[in-house]
Amino acid sequence: MKKVLMSVAVGAAFVMAAGSASAQTLNQVKSRGVLQCGSNTGLAGFGQPDAQGNWTGLDVDYCRAVAAAIFNDATKVKFVPLSAKDRFTALQSGEVDVLVRNTTWTMSRDTQLGLEFGPVNYYDGQGFMVRKKLKIASAMELSGASVCTQQGTTTELNLADFFRANKLKYEVVAFASSDETIKAYDAGRCDVFTTDASGLYAERLKLTAPDDHIVLPEIISKEPLGAAWRHGDNQWGDIVKWTHYAMVTAEELGVTKANVDEMLKSTNPDVKRLLGTEGKFGEAIGLTNDWAYRIIKHVGNYGESFDKNVGAGSRLKIARGVNALWSKGGLQYAPPIR
Amino acid sequence: MKSQVVSPASKVYVRQEAAPVLPPPGSLIGPLAWVRDNLFSSPGNILLTVVAAALAYISIPGFLNFLFFDAVWSGADREACIAKNGILPGACWAFVRDRFSFFIYGFYPVDERWRVDLFFVLGTIGVAWMLWLKAPRRDIGMIYFLIVLPVVSYYLLGGASWLGLPAVDTARWGGLMVTLVVAGVGIVASLPLGILLALGRRSRLPVVKFFSVLFIEFVRGVPLITVLFMANTMLPLFLPDNITVDKLLRALVGIGLFASAYMAEVVRAGLQALPKGQYEGAMAMGLGYWQMMRLIILPQALKVTIPNIVNTYIGLFKDTSLLLIVGIFDFLKAIETARIDPQWAAPTTSPTGYAFAAIVYFMFCYGMASYARAMERRLSVADKR
Repeated sequence: MKKVLMSVAVGAAFVMAAGSASAQTLNQVKSRGVLQCGSNTGLAGFGQPDAQGNWTGLDVDYCRAVAAAIFNDATKVKFVPLSAKDRFTALQSGEVDVLVRNTTWTMSRDTQLGLEFGPVNYYDGQGFMVRKKLKIASAMELSGASVCTQQGTTTELNLADFFRANKLKYEVVAFASSDETIKAYDAGRCDVFTTDASGLYAERLKLTAPDDHIVLPEIISKEPLGAAWRHGDNQWGDIVKWTHYAMVTAEELGVTKANVDEMLKSTNPDVKRLLGTEGKFGEAIGLTNDWAYRIIKHVGNYGESFDKNVGAGSRLKIARGVNALWSKGGLQYAPPIR
Repeated sequence: MKSQVVSPASKVYVRQEAAPVLPPPGSLIGPLAWVRDNLFSSPGNILLTVVAAALAYISIPGFLNFLFFDAVWSGADREACIAKNGILPGACWAFVRDRFSFFIYGFYPVDERWRVDLFFVLGTIGVAWMLWLKAPRRDIGMIYFLIVLPVVSYYLLGGASWLGLPAVDTARWGGLMVTLVVAGVGIVASLPLGILLALGRRSRLPVVKFFSVLFIEFVRGVPLITVLFMANTMLPLFLPDNITVDKLLRALVGIGLFASAYMAEVVRAGLQALPKGQYEGAMAMGLGYWQMMRLIILPQALKVTIPNIVNTYIGLFKDTSLLLIVGIFDFLKAIETARIDPQWAAPTTSPTGYAFAAIVYFMFCYGMASYARAMERRLSVADKR
């Protein structure tokens, strides 16, 4: 009996998941009048409530951009804070329409969870932080160093791989929580602190003298963070994908929140196609032709969002690095709108 | 010879008034004696006193320095709380001040926060009416607290278009408000449900008894975290697409049922503590089952279980912080989230946030415990002859 019940339950779960995938997400969102976006429960620079309780951050801006494209109103988003454990179930079950929650795009997640991963809005990866006075310029000089890291994370495994591959000696000092780890590093228990690069900049602010520490240029793992949606609804996928591409294209063409109204008069064919003054690209994905104009008007281009939330204009001061445009040596590349 | 009139007093030693009471010797009274009696009465006590004093000497000054004397009380961002000339300041209270409204209201829209304030006021009135024994018309207070307040709060916080109150989705509720709502619902719902379950478990009707035992044992056998995970991750998978049960509501139901299972066992302990004569006496008076329970058994059973009931309440109040693992921004989660904001990230931000959380939780829990102690003293008058 128990077995029968169990299989019925599991079967029902799959039917539901499959049922929700084929449903028209865009129509649901439109009739609901609000986009449900799976967000972080609090990550510096990516998804973080401010003093008034408004969500801010790079991932948050992505959600707002999707809402702006659909509703011409960037506030029509309901942020559903999800823990790392229940983020995928929430997406599968239809509790959220899109998941933008610093989720690493991996093959198993892409192929086995009934999910689709989209453009990468932040290329993260594991990095190192050291004291300036050690005068180390590269991770290759770290032989013999003691490294503070958090226990039982992939960080620890990446670390082992990196040092072994480069035949460097090292010693791990592992701690249970990130708070303990950064405290130990601050107290001088180890020479190097390692975690994902975006986290390094956030943790650095907790040090007694943040300016005495530098982040080394080497990134030793690939953590592409992007948006995810349910498998099977390609129209919805197009909207999520092209929202990011529109923001990147806008940066490339120099279209900003401030000058977007002027740009409507531009004669540059690329700008005209982006802002919908030429062609019917918006209608092709089920939106209006000024979809990209709305995104830029309400949220801004990718560079503006990056700068405001995690880059030079924020306290994190993360360098653009691999997240720069392809034309500036980075990986952010949008297919042409034509 | 002149006869002498001699007063008897001069002749015979007769005491006419009581001798003045001498103070006890200095070694038996005063602070010194108290110290000797209470702190240094035996070698064991001497040792304990010395160790405790040493610990206090080591920890308390640092604690006070951190919390008060070296603390930063005002500032606009992390610059106020970072090390100056290599010296780290104490607690960053400026951070708590800046984020205070977030800790209380969470994401509740700024323009609508008066509704939360009103909810706090109404709730305080209800609690005071119920708990203050000399308050007038406590029967109306009971109706107000158990029926009017929940209904009014529901519309007040959630919104009611017919009253012109815009709807506020529960995803935007947060902070201390959510902690109080969840704890309040749990506390109010668990006692009646717990009593029913306890009576059910002691019932002679086999079906009632079976289901009561089943429910209690099942719920007690599962950790609260599991219940919350079930409610949060599994339930949506089994429901059709267009039906979404509110996330907070799911958690409320989970916590309410969880607390009532524990409450049932507490009440059952009270029921079993009563001598059989009480039941027999009541039955001999010709009282029916519900009359017997209401008039004779429960008043006595609940009285003996007050410490345990309050214990369960305090545990429940603190368990609400588990909501953070299912992404509900209770009071603790609000602090957890705010403390990593780059605007305030500094070495002392996290300890300050946690210290503030500890103070607030302590105030509520100690308040409950103190009231329960006073209540017990009042009710135990009958036992002291």
